[in-house]
Amino acid sequence: MPRALHVFGYCLRLYRRTWKGTFVISVVNPLLFLLGVGVGIGHLVSHGHPATLGGVSYTDFFAPGLLAASAMQTAFVEAGGRVTVSASPSGAYRTATTTPLDPEDILLGHMLFVAFRVLTSTAAFIAVMELFGTISGWWVVAVWPAAVLSGLAFAVPLAAWTVTLRTYPQVNSFFRFLFMPMYMFSGTFFALGELPHFVRLLVSVLPLTQAVELCRGLSLGHPSAGGVAAHGSYLALLLLGGALVARVTYRRRLHA
Amino acid sequence: MDDNRPLVEARGLAKTYPARNGTPPFRAVDGIDFEFGRGEAFGFLGPNGAGKSSTMRMLAAISPVTDGTLRVLGMDPASQGPEIRSRIGVVPQDDCLDRELTVRENIYVYGRYFGLPKAVIRERLERLLQFAQLEDKADAQVEMLSGGMRRRLTIARSLINEPEILLLDEPTTGLDPQARHVLWDRLYRLKADGVTLIITTHYMDEAEQLCDRLAVMDGGRIVAEGSPRELIESHVTREVLELRFAPDGHAAVAERLRDAGIGERIDVLPDRVLVYAADGEAALASAHGLSLEPITALVRRSSLEDVFLKLTGRSLID
Repeated sequence: MPRALHVFGYCLRLYRRTWKGTFVISVVNPLLFLLGVGVGIGHLVSHGHPATLGGVSYTDFFAPGLLAASAMQTAFVEAGGRVTVSASPSGAYRTATTTPLDPEDILLGHMLFVAFRVLTSTAAFIAVMELFGTISGWWVVAVWPAAVLSGLAFAVPLAAWTVTLRTYPQVNSFFRFLFMPMYMFSGTFFALGELPHFVRLLVSVLPLTQAVELCRGLSLGHPSAGGVAAHGSYLALLLLGGALVARVTYRRRLHA
Repeated sequence: MDDNRPLVEARGLAKTYPARNGTPPFRAVDGIDFEFGRGEAFGFLGPNGAGKSSTMRMLAAISPVTDGTLRVLGMDPASQGPEIRSRIGVVPQDDCLDRELTVRENIYVYGRYFGLPKAVIRERLERLLQFAQLEDKADAQVEMLSGGMRRRLTIARSLINEPEILLLDEPTTGLDPQARHVLWDRLYRLKADGVTLIITTHYMDEAEQLCDRLAVMDGGRIVAEGSPRELIESHVTREVLELRFAPDGHAAVAERLRDAGIGERIDVLPDRVLVYAADGEAALASAHGLSLEPITALVRRSSLEDVFLKLTGRSLID
């Protein structure tokens, strides 16, 4: 752990140069989305079929879904192409490999930084949600860790894969053909009950669907214990499994 | 550690990269033996793909040994990688500098990876900047530095842990002649300070200038070993006569020179004929005696390039 902290320190040093921009994005993005989609579209939705959302306002329904999705998006930015570039022959990982650091230290150090990014960006997002009053009372204390878990459950398996890539375009294809569809269909914007049974089964195994369900249940203040346990352990397993695979792929790539 | 034992010792050292995406497994290093002691400057000379970089990566404990044994500072890289890496310095072929950070920050971050206290890094930093002649650039972003400066920074950075062995992979590739000489000067100083240097290069002048002892590598094997002088004396004649004729005429000329018994050995290159002889001027006179009229004729001392050509039948730089 102490050795990994130096990698985390390096990431923070780099981040010092860009943090203002990312912070603005973390606040302004949810603000625009909650105003435009939540309030704007919500106005239309609520006048139509309020029952499909279980009687809650569209903003309250939509906001935690978007929180989960944005946690994963932050994870994608920090653990996607950035890992591939770092692992390239002239990348930042290569600098660290010639020191006493082992590949596992480099992995842990980078993931600590991803955790830091997800923690801070979801905190900003949740602050905006509080501004709109979309989180039910003290449930915010549970929503935040759930959002962080969602981001990391996505980041770590992603890094396990992107560290093996030699070229960057594959990461972009992943974003276009897998990440975006998942973003649109994981129940961020609509209730899964609206989907045909078969599609619903397919969509329910996506990590984002699990994350959205977890965050939404907690945010609306009436989660089922079973649901939290199921979604939470799904994401925790994804994180753990990803970490086990990443330890192997990091070592294979950096100590070839 | 016992000072009589070699600093680095390899026996039957081999590296095979596994098959990947349809490419068959590749044996980059094919069973090599070598050893060197404290304060030596040892070089691996060979063309691209000879297995030099793979050997360096194994020495740096960042690439597992496939076969054979390797001891670095008396330790096994497989089980004591971090301990070995904490006592050596590495100058990789790619500089691996962070271009967004300043010169100072690059060294600082690297020092932290070694677990060095901040005060120790700060104290060493000033000396290293001076050594690398980068005091004026200390707070400049690496992006702004020339290739030679970047290379000097990479060397300065590799010294932050005061390494006992410094591994330099192709240290002057891509640098202009002036930058190369500045860099060589810095490396002489390190050598004078007792740092053991291990260098890979495909430049014979670099090998001759910097290395006490050389291993000539080709196709993953060591084909010859010795000091630059020994290698030249035992493999080629003292002088070489280079003759250049009209294109396509070289093979026929070589034939006539051989028939006349001129030179101890004759090699035909695409653009010239090399005549190996103890006395180059005498060989040139004999060639003129055959009424051969080369466009240019040059007598020079034999070099490592000639050694390599004789040992492998190929030039170092294709």
